[in-house]
Amino acid sequence: MAEHNGTWWIWKVFWILLVITGVEVVLGIIKPAFLLTPVIGTSILNIVFILLTLVKAGYIVQVFMHVKYEKKAMKYALYLPSLILIPYLTFILLTEGSYLFS
Amino acid sequence: MSSNADLVQDTNHWGGGSRPMGARYGKLMMWFFLLSDALTFSGFLTAYGLMRFKYESNWPIAENVFTHFPGLEGDQPLLYVALMTFILIMSSVTMVLAVNAGEKMNRGGVTNWMLWTIVGGFIFVGSQAWEWYHFIIGDSGAVETTRQEILHVYNAEGERLSFSQIVHGMEEGHASNHGETFTKSEVLSSMQGDASLYLKEPGKAGRAFTHAESVAFLEAGDVVQGANMIHNEYGRKQFANFFFFITGFHGFHVFSGVVINFIIFYNVLLGTYEKRGHYRMVEKVGLYWHFVDLVWVFVFTFFYLV
Repeated sequence: MAEHNGTWWIWKVFWILLVITGVEVVLGIIKPAFLLTPVIGTSILNIVFILLTLVKAGYIVQVFMHVKYEKKAMKYALYLPSLILIPYLTFILLTEGSYLFS
Repeated sequence: MSSNADLVQDTNHWGGGSRPMGARYGKLMMWFFLLSDALTFSGFLTAYGLMRFKYESNWPIAENVFTHFPGLEGDQPLLYVALMTFILIMSSVTMVLAVNAGEKMNRGGVTNWMLWTIVGGFIFVGSQAWEWYHFIIGDSGAVETTRQEILHVYNAEGERLSFSQIVHGMEEGHASNHGETFTKSEVLSSMQGDASLYLKEPGKAGRAFTHAESVAFLEAGDVVQGANMIHNEYGRKQFANFFFFITGFHGFHVFSGVVINFIIFYNVLLGTYEKRGHYRMVEKVGLYWHFVDLVWVFVFTFFYLV
Protein backbone atom coordinates (compact mmCIF):
# COMPACT_ATOMS: atom_id res chain seq x y z
CA MET A 1 0.00 0.00 0.00
CA ALA A 2 1.26 3.37 -0.96
CA GLU A 3 0.01 4.82 2.32
CA HIS A 4 2.50 2.87 4.42
CA ASN A 5 6.21 3.00 4.81
CA GLY A 6 7.95 0.23 6.69
CA THR A 7 6.12 -1.91 9.21
CA TRP A 8 5.74 0.46 12.19
CA TRP A 9 1.96 0.75 11.62
CA ILE A 10 1.59 -3.03 12.04
CA TRP A 11 3.48 -3.03 15.32
CA LYS A 12 1.54 -0.01 16.53
CA VAL A 13 -1.71 -1.96 16.15
CA PHE A 14 -0.09 -5.00 17.73
CA TRP A 15 0.74 -2.99 20.88
CA ILE A 16 -2.75 -1.49 20.98
CA LEU A 17 -4.34 -4.96 20.78
CA LEU A 18 -1.93 -6.34 23.36
CA VAL A 19 -2.51 -3.52 25.85
CA ILE A 20 -6.30 -3.72 25.48
CA THR A 21 -6.25 -7.50 26.00
CA GLY A 22 -4.01 -7.01 29.03
CA VAL A 23 -6.40 -4.46 30.51
CA GLU A 24 -9.33 -6.83 29.92
CA VAL A 25 -7.56 -9.73 31.63
CA VAL A 26 -6.53 -7.61 34.64
CA LEU A 27 -10.06 -6.21 34.99
CA GLY A 28 -11.45 -9.74 34.63
CA ILE A 29 -9.23 -11.06 37.42
CA ILE A 30 -9.57 -8.27 39.98
CA LYS A 31 -13.17 -7.23 39.08
CA PRO A 32 -13.12 -3.79 40.74
CA ALA A 33 -16.19 -3.41 42.95
CA PHE A 34 -17.02 0.10 41.70
CA LEU A 35 -17.48 -1.30 38.16
CA LEU A 36 -19.96 -3.96 39.22
CA THR A 37 -22.90 -1.56 39.50
CA PRO A 38 -25.79 -3.00 37.50
CA VAL A 39 -26.94 -1.07 34.42
CA ILE A 40 -29.30 -2.09 31.57
CA GLY A 41 -29.37 -5.79 32.42
CA THR A 42 -25.61 -6.14 32.98
CA SER A 43 -22.78 -4.39 34.85
CA ILE A 44 -20.61 -1.39 33.98
CA LEU A 45 -17.65 -3.79 33.85
CA ASN A 46 -19.32 -5.88 31.13
CA ILE A 47 -20.05 -2.74 29.13
CA VAL A 48 -16.38 -1.76 29.46
CA PHE A 49 -15.44 -5.24 28.19
CA ILE A 50 -17.76 -4.94 25.21
CA LEU A 51 -16.51 -1.46 24.31
CA LEU A 52 -12.87 -2.60 24.52
CA THR A 53 -13.74 -5.58 22.33
CA LEU A 54 -15.31 -3.32 19.73
CA VAL A 55 -12.17 -1.14 19.73
CA LYS A 56 -10.04 -4.26 19.14
CA ALA A 57 -12.37 -5.47 16.40
CA GLY A 58 -12.22 -2.03 14.80
CA TYR A 59 -8.43 -2.07 14.64
CA ILE A 60 -8.36 -5.60 13.20
CA VAL A 61 -10.92 -4.82 10.51
CA GLN A 62 -9.75 -1.30 9.66
CA VAL A 63 -5.99 -1.82 9.67
CA PHE A 64 -5.18 -5.54 9.46
CA MET A 65 -7.97 -6.25 6.98
CA HIS A 66 -7.29 -2.94 5.20
CA VAL A 67 -10.90 -1.76 5.09
CA LYS A 68 -9.72 1.75 6.02
CA TYR A 69 -8.07 1.99 2.58
CA GLU A 70 -10.94 0.51 0.55
CA LYS A 71 -13.34 2.53 -1.60
CA LYS A 72 -16.49 3.94 -0.06
CA ALA A 73 -18.72 1.45 -1.96
CA MET A 74 -16.74 -1.45 -0.50
CA LYS A 75 -16.96 -0.05 3.03
CA TYR A 76 -20.73 0.34 2.76
CA ALA A 77 -21.13 -3.18 1.34
CA LEU A 78 -19.28 -4.64 4.33
CA TYR A 79 -20.31 -2.37 7.18
CA LEU A 80 -24.01 -1.78 6.51
CA PRO A 81 -25.17 -5.43 6.61
CA SER A 82 -23.06 -6.30 9.63
CA LEU A 83 -23.74 -3.12 11.62
CA ILE A 84 -27.49 -3.37 11.04
CA LEU A 85 -28.12 -7.12 11.24
CA ILE A 86 -25.86 -8.10 14.15
CA PRO A 87 -27.04 -5.47 16.68
CA TYR A 88 -30.63 -6.16 15.59
CA LEU A 89 -30.27 -9.92 16.16
CA THR A 90 -28.51 -9.32 19.48
CA PHE A 91 -31.23 -6.96 20.65
CA ILE A 92 -34.05 -9.37 19.76
CA LEU A 93 -32.48 -12.48 21.26
CA LEU A 94 -31.28 -10.89 24.50
CA THR A 95 -34.64 -9.22 25.04
CA GLU A 96 -36.45 -12.51 24.40
CA GLY A 97 -34.00 -14.37 26.66
CA SER A 98 -34.86 -12.23 29.67
CA TYR A 99 -38.58 -12.99 29.16
CA LEU A 100 -38.30 -16.76 28.63
CA PHE A 101 -38.94 -17.52 32.29
CA SER A 102 -41.72 -15.03 32.93
CA MET B 1 -10.60 15.46 -23.55
CA SER B 2 -11.65 11.96 -22.73
CA SER B 3 -13.65 9.88 -25.15
CA ASN B 4 -17.38 9.41 -24.91
CA ALA B 5 -16.99 5.82 -23.61
CA ASP B 6 -14.87 7.05 -20.70
CA LEU B 7 -17.47 9.65 -19.80
CA VAL B 8 -20.21 7.03 -19.65
CA GLN B 9 -18.06 4.89 -17.38
CA ASP B 10 -17.24 7.82 -15.11
CA THR B 11 -20.86 8.65 -14.42
CA ASN B 12 -22.12 5.08 -14.15
CA HIS B 13 -19.82 2.87 -12.12
CA TRP B 14 -22.35 0.09 -11.89
CA GLY B 15 -22.97 -0.39 -15.60
CA GLY B 16 -20.25 -2.98 -15.98
CA GLY B 17 -16.73 -2.74 -17.31
CA SER B 18 -15.46 -0.78 -14.33
CA ARG B 19 -14.55 -1.80 -10.78
CA PRO B 20 -16.89 0.16 -8.50
CA MET B 21 -15.56 -1.40 -5.29
CA GLY B 22 -11.95 -1.04 -6.31
CA ALA B 23 -11.26 -4.67 -5.48
CA ARG B 24 -10.66 -7.70 -7.64
CA TYR B 25 -13.04 -10.62 -7.96
CA GLY B 26 -11.15 -12.99 -5.64
CA LYS B 27 -10.86 -10.48 -2.83
CA LEU B 28 -14.51 -9.45 -3.16
CA MET B 29 -15.67 -13.05 -2.95
CA MET B 30 -13.49 -13.66 0.09
CA TRP B 31 -15.05 -10.61 1.71
CA PHE B 32 -18.60 -11.71 1.00
CA PHE B 33 -17.83 -15.16 2.37
CA LEU B 34 -16.41 -13.55 5.52
CA LEU B 35 -19.48 -11.34 5.84
CA SER B 36 -21.77 -14.37 5.74
CA ASP B 37 -19.50 -16.21 8.16
CA ALA B 38 -19.61 -13.22 10.51
CA LEU B 39 -23.39 -13.44 10.50
CA THR B 40 -23.19 -17.18 11.24
CA PHE B 41 -20.93 -16.60 14.22
CA SER B 42 -23.10 -13.78 15.49
CA GLY B 43 -26.04 -16.19 15.28
CA PHE B 44 -24.20 -18.65 17.54
CA LEU B 45 -23.00 -16.04 20.00
CA THR B 46 -26.37 -14.35 20.30
CA ALA B 47 -28.05 -17.76 20.79
CA TYR B 48 -25.56 -18.29 23.61
CA GLY B 49 -26.61 -14.89 24.98
CA LEU B 50 -30.28 -15.90 24.81
CA MET B 51 -29.66 -19.02 26.93
CA ARG B 52 -27.52 -17.05 29.31
CA PHE B 53 -30.12 -14.36 29.84
CA LYS B 54 -32.71 -17.07 30.34
CA TYR B 55 -30.68 -18.85 33.06
CA GLU B 56 -28.95 -15.72 34.37
CA SER B 57 -29.04 -16.63 38.08
CA ASN B 58 -27.25 -19.99 37.91
CA TRP B 59 -25.30 -19.86 34.64
CA PRO B 60 -21.73 -21.10 35.23
CA ILE B 61 -19.13 -18.35 35.65
CA ALA B 62 -16.38 -19.02 33.09
CA GLU B 63 -13.55 -18.08 35.41
CA ASN B 64 -14.64 -20.86 37.79
CA VAL B 65 -14.64 -23.31 34.87
CA PHE B 66 -11.40 -22.58 33.01
CA THR B 67 -8.91 -22.36 35.85
CA HIS B 68 -5.96 -24.45 34.71
CA PHE B 69 -2.61 -23.32 33.43
CA PRO B 70 0.04 -25.85 32.34
CA GLY B 71 2.65 -26.29 35.05
CA LEU B 72 0.85 -24.15 37.63
CA GLU B 73 -1.17 -25.46 40.58
CA GLY B 74 -4.40 -23.98 41.84
CA ASP B 75 -6.83 -21.47 40.38
CA GLN B 76 -5.50 -19.43 37.47
CA PRO B 77 -8.61 -17.81 35.99
CA LEU B 78 -8.29 -16.18 32.54
CA LEU B 79 -4.51 -16.68 32.28
CA TYR B 80 -4.57 -19.54 29.82
CA VAL B 81 -7.17 -18.01 27.54
CA ALA B 82 -5.25 -14.73 27.67
CA LEU B 83 -2.19 -16.61 26.42
CA MET B 84 -4.25 -18.18 23.60
CA THR B 85 -5.53 -14.73 22.65
CA PHE B 86 -1.99 -13.38 22.61
CA ILE B 87 -0.85 -16.24 20.34
CA LEU B 88 -3.67 -15.59 17.88
CA ILE B 89 -3.07 -11.81 17.83
CA MET B 90 0.63 -12.47 17.28
CA SER B 91 -0.05 -14.79 14.34
CA SER B 92 -2.35 -12.13 12.90
CA VAL B 93 0.55 -9.68 13.10
CA THR B 94 2.91 -12.06 11.31
CA MET B 95 0.21 -12.49 8.65
CA VAL B 96 0.05 -8.72 8.02
CA LEU B 97 3.83 -8.73 7.79
CA ALA B 98 3.61 -11.53 5.18
CA VAL B 99 1.02 -9.58 3.14
CA ASN B 100 3.17 -6.47 3.46
CA ALA B 101 6.25 -8.35 2.22
CA GLY B 102 4.17 -9.74 -0.67
CA GLU B 103 3.22 -6.26 -1.82
CA LYS B 104 6.92 -5.47 -2.07
CA MET B 105 7.52 -8.76 -3.96
CA ASN B 106 9.84 -9.83 -1.15
CA ARG B 107 9.70 -13.62 -1.45
CA GLY B 108 12.02 -14.29 1.51
CA GLY B 109 9.88 -12.07 3.73
CA VAL B 110 6.65 -13.80 2.71
CA THR B 111 8.20 -17.23 3.32
CA ASN B 112 9.45 -16.28 6.75
CA TRP B 113 6.25 -14.57 7.99
CA MET B 114 3.91 -17.22 6.53
CA LEU B 115 5.89 -19.87 8.38
CA TRP B 116 5.51 -18.00 11.69
CA THR B 117 1.79 -17.58 11.02
CA ILE B 118 1.41 -21.34 10.50
CA VAL B 119 3.37 -22.05 13.70
CA GLY B 120 1.13 -19.64 15.65
CA GLY B 121 -1.99 -21.29 14.25
CA PHE B 122 -0.75 -24.73 15.24
CA ILE B 123 0.02 -23.60 18.78
CA PHE B 124 -3.45 -22.10 19.06
CA VAL B 125 -5.22 -25.27 17.88
CA GLY B 126 -3.04 -27.30 20.26
CA SER B 127 -3.91 -24.99 23.16
CA GLN B 128 -7.56 -25.40 22.37
CA ALA B 129 -7.19 -29.19 22.42
CA TRP B 130 -5.54 -28.91 25.85
CA GLU B 131 -8.38 -26.76 27.14
CA TRP B 132 -11.02 -29.15 25.76
CA TYR B 133 -9.22 -32.08 27.37
CA HIS B 134 -9.38 -30.45 30.81
CA PHE B 135 -12.95 -29.35 30.31
CA ILE B 136 -14.01 -32.89 29.34
CA ILE B 137 -12.05 -34.60 32.14
CA GLY B 138 -13.60 -32.26 34.70
CA ASP B 139 -12.38 -30.67 37.86
CA SER B 140 -14.26 -30.92 41.17
CA GLY B 141 -17.27 -33.06 40.29
CA ALA B 142 -20.92 -32.20 40.95
CA VAL B 143 -24.27 -33.65 41.96
CA GLU B 144 -27.00 -33.89 39.33
CA THR B 145 -30.54 -33.96 40.67
CA THR B 146 -33.41 -35.92 39.11
CA ARG B 147 -34.51 -32.63 37.51
CA GLN B 148 -31.06 -32.37 35.87
CA GLU B 149 -30.03 -29.42 38.00
CA ILE B 150 -26.29 -29.29 38.74
CA LEU B 151 -25.24 -28.64 42.36
CA HIS B 152 -21.75 -28.14 43.80
CA VAL B 153 -20.45 -29.23 47.23
CA TYR B 154 -19.51 -26.52 49.75
CA ASN B 155 -18.32 -26.62 53.38
CA ALA B 156 -19.26 -24.42 56.35
CA GLU B 157 -16.59 -21.84 55.40
CA GLY B 158 -18.24 -21.43 52.00
CA GLU B 159 -15.35 -23.08 50.14
CA ARG B 160 -16.16 -25.25 47.18
CA LEU B 161 -14.91 -28.82 47.69
CA SER B 162 -13.95 -31.45 45.15
CA PHE B 163 -15.03 -35.08 45.41
CA SER B 164 -11.40 -35.88 46.13
CA GLN B 165 -11.46 -33.56 49.15
CA ILE B 166 -14.71 -34.87 50.61
CA VAL B 167 -13.92 -38.56 50.07
CA HIS B 168 -10.19 -38.56 50.96
CA GLY B 169 -10.41 -35.69 53.48
CA MET B 170 -9.08 -32.15 53.19
CA GLU B 171 -5.48 -33.20 53.93
CA GLU B 172 -5.24 -36.10 51.49
CA GLY B 173 -7.54 -34.84 48.75
CA HIS B 174 -6.79 -32.47 45.87
CA ALA B 175 -8.71 -29.35 44.91
CA SER B 176 -9.07 -31.02 41.52
CA ASN B 177 -10.03 -34.67 41.12
CA HIS B 178 -7.08 -35.19 38.74
CA GLY B 179 -9.00 -37.67 36.63
CA GLU B 180 -9.92 -39.95 39.55
CA THR B 181 -13.51 -41.17 39.33
CA PHE B 182 -15.80 -41.45 42.35
CA THR B 183 -18.96 -43.51 42.73
CA LYS B 184 -22.26 -42.16 44.00
CA SER B 185 -22.08 -44.31 47.18
CA GLU B 186 -18.56 -43.04 48.09
CA VAL B 187 -19.65 -39.41 47.76
CA LEU B 188 -22.98 -40.06 49.48
CA SER B 189 -21.45 -41.72 52.57
CA SER B 190 -18.91 -38.86 52.89
CA MET B 191 -21.71 -36.31 52.58
CA GLN B 192 -23.75 -38.11 55.26
CA GLY B 193 -20.69 -38.30 57.50
CA ASP B 194 -20.05 -34.54 57.58
CA ALA B 195 -23.04 -32.38 58.57
CA SER B 196 -21.26 -29.15 57.56
CA LEU B 197 -21.37 -30.06 53.84
CA TYR B 198 -24.16 -28.67 51.69
CA LEU B 199 -24.99 -28.24 48.00
CA LYS B 200 -25.30 -24.99 46.10
CA GLU B 201 -26.19 -24.03 42.56
CA PRO B 202 -23.41 -22.55 40.38
CA GLY B 203 -23.51 -18.97 39.14
CA LYS B 204 -23.82 -15.47 40.54
CA ALA B 205 -27.10 -16.02 42.40
CA GLY B 206 -27.22 -19.79 42.85
CA ARG B 207 -29.44 -21.06 45.69
CA ALA B 208 -27.89 -22.96 48.61
CA PHE B 209 -29.57 -25.97 50.28
CA THR B 210 -29.44 -27.38 53.81
CA HIS B 211 -27.42 -30.49 54.63
CA ALA B 212 -30.55 -32.68 54.83
CA GLU B 213 -31.88 -31.40 51.49
CA SER B 214 -28.44 -31.89 49.93
CA VAL B 215 -28.21 -35.53 51.05
CA ALA B 216 -31.73 -36.14 49.72
CA PHE B 217 -30.78 -34.61 46.36
CA LEU B 218 -27.77 -36.89 46.06
CA GLU B 219 -29.72 -39.99 47.17
CA ALA B 220 -32.29 -39.43 44.44
CA GLY B 221 -29.82 -38.06 41.89
CA ASP B 222 -26.31 -39.01 40.79
CA VAL B 223 -22.74 -37.75 40.65
CA VAL B 224 -21.32 -36.10 37.49
CA GLN B 225 -17.68 -35.71 36.62
CA GLY B 226 -16.45 -33.87 33.57
CA ALA B 227 -18.51 -32.57 30.70
CA ASN B 228 -20.07 -33.88 27.54
CA MET B 229 -23.14 -32.99 25.50
CA ILE B 230 -25.55 -34.64 28.02
CA HIS B 231 -24.01 -34.15 31.48
CA ASN B 232 -21.82 -31.29 32.60
CA GLU B 233 -20.42 -30.83 36.08
CA TYR B 234 -19.94 -27.07 35.66
CA GLY B 235 -23.63 -26.24 35.46
CA ARG B 236 -26.31 -26.05 32.77
CA LYS B 237 -25.64 -28.55 30.03
CA GLN B 238 -26.31 -25.78 27.50
CA PHE B 239 -23.08 -24.18 28.73
CA ALA B 240 -21.05 -27.21 27.62
CA ASN B 241 -23.05 -27.54 24.40
CA PHE B 242 -22.37 -23.94 23.42
CA PHE B 243 -18.76 -24.22 24.53
CA PHE B 244 -18.17 -27.26 22.34
CA PHE B 245 -20.10 -25.81 19.44
CA ILE B 246 -18.74 -22.26 19.35
CA THR B 247 -15.10 -22.92 20.24
CA GLY B 248 -15.26 -26.06 18.10
CA PHE B 249 -16.57 -24.16 15.09
CA HIS B 250 -13.96 -21.48 15.65
CA GLY B 251 -11.23 -24.10 16.12
CA PHE B 252 -12.32 -25.72 12.87
CA HIS B 253 -11.88 -22.34 11.18
CA VAL B 254 -8.40 -22.00 12.68
CA PHE B 255 -7.52 -25.52 11.54
CA SER B 256 -8.75 -24.84 7.99
CA GLY B 257 -6.83 -21.57 8.11
CA VAL B 258 -3.64 -23.41 9.00
CA VAL B 259 -4.19 -25.86 6.12
CA ILE B 260 -4.90 -23.05 3.63
CA ASN B 261 -1.93 -21.04 4.92
CA PHE B 262 0.24 -24.10 4.42
CA ILE B 263 -0.91 -24.51 0.81
CA ILE B 264 -0.10 -20.85 0.13
CA PHE B 265 3.23 -21.18 1.94
CA TYR B 266 4.08 -24.21 -0.21
CA ASN B 267 3.26 -22.22 -3.35
CA VAL B 268 5.48 -19.38 -2.14
CA LEU B 269 8.30 -21.90 -1.80
CA LEU B 270 7.58 -23.23 -5.33
CA GLY B 271 7.70 -19.68 -6.67
CA THR B 272 4.14 -19.78 -8.04
CA TYR B 273 3.40 -16.15 -7.11
CA GLU B 274 6.82 -14.97 -8.28
CA LYS B 275 5.91 -16.36 -11.74
CA ARG B 276 2.42 -14.85 -11.50
CA GLY B 277 3.94 -11.46 -10.77
CA HIS B 278 1.90 -10.71 -7.63
CA TYR B 279 1.19 -12.09 -4.14
CA ARG B 280 -2.57 -11.42 -4.07
CA MET B 281 -3.29 -14.95 -2.86
CA VAL B 282 -1.40 -14.14 0.35
CA GLU B 283 -3.61 -11.09 0.80
CA LYS B 284 -6.77 -13.22 0.39
CA VAL B 285 -5.79 -15.91 2.89
CA GLY B 286 -4.62 -13.05 5.10
CA LEU B 287 -8.18 -11.71 5.17
CA TYR B 288 -9.45 -15.13 6.24
CA TRP B 289 -6.80 -15.42 8.93
CA HIS B 290 -7.58 -11.98 10.38
CA PHE B 291 -11.24 -12.90 10.40
CA VAL B 292 -10.47 -15.94 12.55
CA ASP B 293 -8.66 -13.61 14.96
CA LEU B 294 -11.59 -11.19 14.86
CA VAL B 295 -14.06 -13.93 15.81
CA TRP B 296 -11.82 -15.04 18.66
CA VAL B 297 -11.80 -11.50 20.06
CA PHE B 298 -15.59 -11.80 20.42
CA VAL B 299 -15.56 -15.39 21.70
CA PHE B 300 -12.98 -14.35 24.30
CA THR B 301 -15.21 -11.54 25.53
CA PHE B 302 -18.55 -13.32 25.53
CA PHE B 303 -17.40 -16.73 26.72
CA TYR B 304 -14.64 -15.90 29.17
CA LEU B 305 -14.91 -12.27 30.29
CA VAL B 306 -18.51 -11.12 30.46
